[in-house]
Amino acid sequence: MKLHNKLKTFRIGGVHPDDHKITAQRVIVPLPLPKSVTIPVTQHIGAPAKIVVQRGDTVKVGQVIATHEGFVSSNIHASVSGRVGIIEEVMDSTGFKHMAINIRVKGDEWEETIDRSEGLVEEIKLDPKEIVARIMEAGVVGMGGAAFPSHVKLSVPEGKHVDYLIINGVECEPYLTADHRIMLEKPKEIVVGIRILMKALGVSHAIIGIEDNKHDAVELFQELLKDEPGITVEALEVQYPQGGEKQLIQALLNREVPSGGLPADVGVIVHNVGTTFAIYEAVQKNKPLIERIVTVTGKSVKEPSNFRVRIGTPVMDLLIAAGGIPEDTGKIVSGGPMMGKAIADLDVPVAKGTSGILLIPKEEATRAEVYNCVHCGKCIEACPMGLEPYRLLILSKKGNSTRAKEEHILDCIECGSCSFVCPSNRPILDYIRLGKTQLRKPKKA
Amino acid sequence: MNPVVLYTILTLTAIGILAAVVIYFVSKKFEVKEDDRIGKVEQVLPNTNCGGCGQPGCHAFAKAVVEAGDLAALHCPVGGNTVMKQVAEILGIKAVERDPYIAVVRCSGSFEYRKKTNIYDGAGSCKIAAALYSGDTGCAYGCLGMGDCVEVCDFEAMYMDEKTGLPVVIEDKCTACNACVKECPKDILELWPKGKKNQRVYVACLNEEKGSTARKECAVACSGCSKCFEACRYDAITMHNSLAVIDPEKCKLCMECVDTCDVHNIVTANVTPEKIQAANEQRLKREERARKKKEEEKLAAEAAKQAGNETAQQA
Repeated sequence: MKLHNKLKTFRIGGVHPDDHKITAQRVIVPLPLPKSVTIPVTQHIGAPAKIVVQRGDTVKVGQVIATHEGFVSSNIHASVSGRVGIIEEVMDSTGFKHMAINIRVKGDEWEETIDRSEGLVEEIKLDPKEIVARIMEAGVVGMGGAAFPSHVKLSVPEGKHVDYLIINGVECEPYLTADHRIMLEKPKEIVVGIRILMKALGVSHAIIGIEDNKHDAVELFQELLKDEPGITVEALEVQYPQGGEKQLIQALLNREVPSGGLPADVGVIVHNVGTTFAIYEAVQKNKPLIERIVTVTGKSVKEPSNFRVRIGTPVMDLLIAAGGIPEDTGKIVSGGPMMGKAIADLDVPVAKGTSGILLIPKEEATRAEVYNCVHCGKCIEACPMGLEPYRLLILSKKGNSTRAKEEHILDCIECGSCSFVCPSNRPILDYIRLGKTQLRKPKKA
Repeated sequence: MNPVVLYTILTLTAIGILAAVVIYFVSKKFEVKEDDRIGKVEQVLPNTNCGGCGQPGCHAFAKAVVEAGDLAALHCPVGGNTVMKQVAEILGIKAVERDPYIAVVRCSGSFEYRKKTNIYDGAGSCKIAAALYSGDTGCAYGCLGMGDCVEVCDFEAMYMDEKTGLPVVIEDKCTACNACVKECPKDILELWPKGKKNQRVYVACLNEEKGSTARKECAVACSGCSKCFEACRYDAITMHNSLAVIDPEKCKLCMECVDTCDVHNIVTANVTPEKIQAANEQRLKREERARKKKEEEKLAAEAAKQAGNETAQQA
């Protein structure tokens, strides 16, 4: 008797939200150029980029408008051609004001160095050091959401040996399909991107992890990689947060990243498929990160779609292209429903880390009434990091950051599984986030 | 009597007496010697254990006072000068008088002046909202209005005004314990000297953005027009980016700046309108005099210049 082939998954916790992948079969469409773009200089984790243009300058697509300050930072490029407008603090999708460069669009003139042809370039000419330098130059950051500069991940600290590259095509967030579509439409480019990453890291094994609700993508890559022994494709069980870096490593390789450690500590580097595609474009086509795929979706949205959008386009433009804002909208979220953040202003620009815009109907958007904790332990069961969320809530509320740290509050990946399962609707993650911020900055005297 | 009952009573009594004797000697042997002045000082303190003095509680404060032996660095804001005088008497040292303080709310952005741009429905705590985003109005500096400050107040000295959405400090009850100041994530609350005859003046705004932006966000925001800065004779007002800030140490409470503000956001407490009006008239008169003097000087300079020219021509 043939045993049922059990799919891999992470060991502890996790939840099963409905996946609502409405836009899974919608082909990526390029969004028409907006009238003007607003490009924030803090779109990544690390130091803000330093602005190198002035009001009134004329810029071309792909021109550097802000350079990285220090190693953990990223270059910012003009995503459109035109004239630089006002440079001031504007509200971005984080909900805070940051410096941003406004560019009024005029024509669509690209830098000559960028290869705009459609053809696939397979041959990798650059050596590992040049690859990392090119990625840094192109301002590529992690496009799964956290926007961590990719060149930093590729510069493995001395004394650490990396033997596996994992490509994250899980996309466990409900609703979002940006990664799914790019896997279906640009698989060959992604494979070249993986080879580039393998060369840069000097590893001989790579695994593409894809959640099983994207079976077409799994089959497509299996077909493409038939004769490629170094790269394997693995279908994973549909379980949230399968796409968390640490969860993915555990599911695929059964290695556990130590508390406070990095994937490199267990010999693994993880990159998102979207990032891999951006790296392909940066290295083979010399194209900096100036556009990305954004899913605009929601139950009542007229035309939910996957758009290719220039960085800095106002969210409003995307919503208009998707058929306007439905009347019953209660919340507009940047990102997915689990980890995304409601946006407070419709003029906020699309940033490098914006994977989707989700419109949630009113009845689902409003928070339910909060009751007392009944100590049922569901949050502990759901936590994929093995923490005790209800306890972290109490400690954060009391401001006891020393104890919270002892309870490993900093290991929290903010996946929101605890708040999702809580029968008393307690805002657990809100308080854990507060506890983490309390630890990061010392209390006022 | 039943012998069982008798024996039980006798045995228990014997054990009781024995235990009492043992406890007596043990307590003598291991007695914790504490300065009895600590207890005395603790008795005169308010015993609210609010932590406003910087010590964990009133007992800790009493201990710290007795150990330090002087009152230069230690002060009970709740008890104020009267309690500190009693403490000084107990310890036989000199009392240090301090000006009383009060918490002031440095935001005037009520519902009327500061329109909401979005609705926050997350966990009901200012601290959480402040960690998430810049607030439910356009102003990133203003009060979030969820009342974390009211919740921490041990003295029931604050309440949220439902009409304005801003906290209000009740003057008679506030002890300046600093709890609300520490709690506010936006630093809206600040300890301010209570002032002579309880009169104070401060700018009730923290928005440092440039004037046009700030006014778009809130109708009473400080636009940084500098009129009050120019009117102040004592250099008590300084400009931080586009925000006027009054230094209470330098302020002489002349109230001349109050009427210069075009959005009336220089807030006063316990000052009669007559005094403000008189101060304003005085300022206008002074300015008029200064203007006239300047004109005269200008005329004199011109005359001198002309005279000089004439002499040059003659030569």
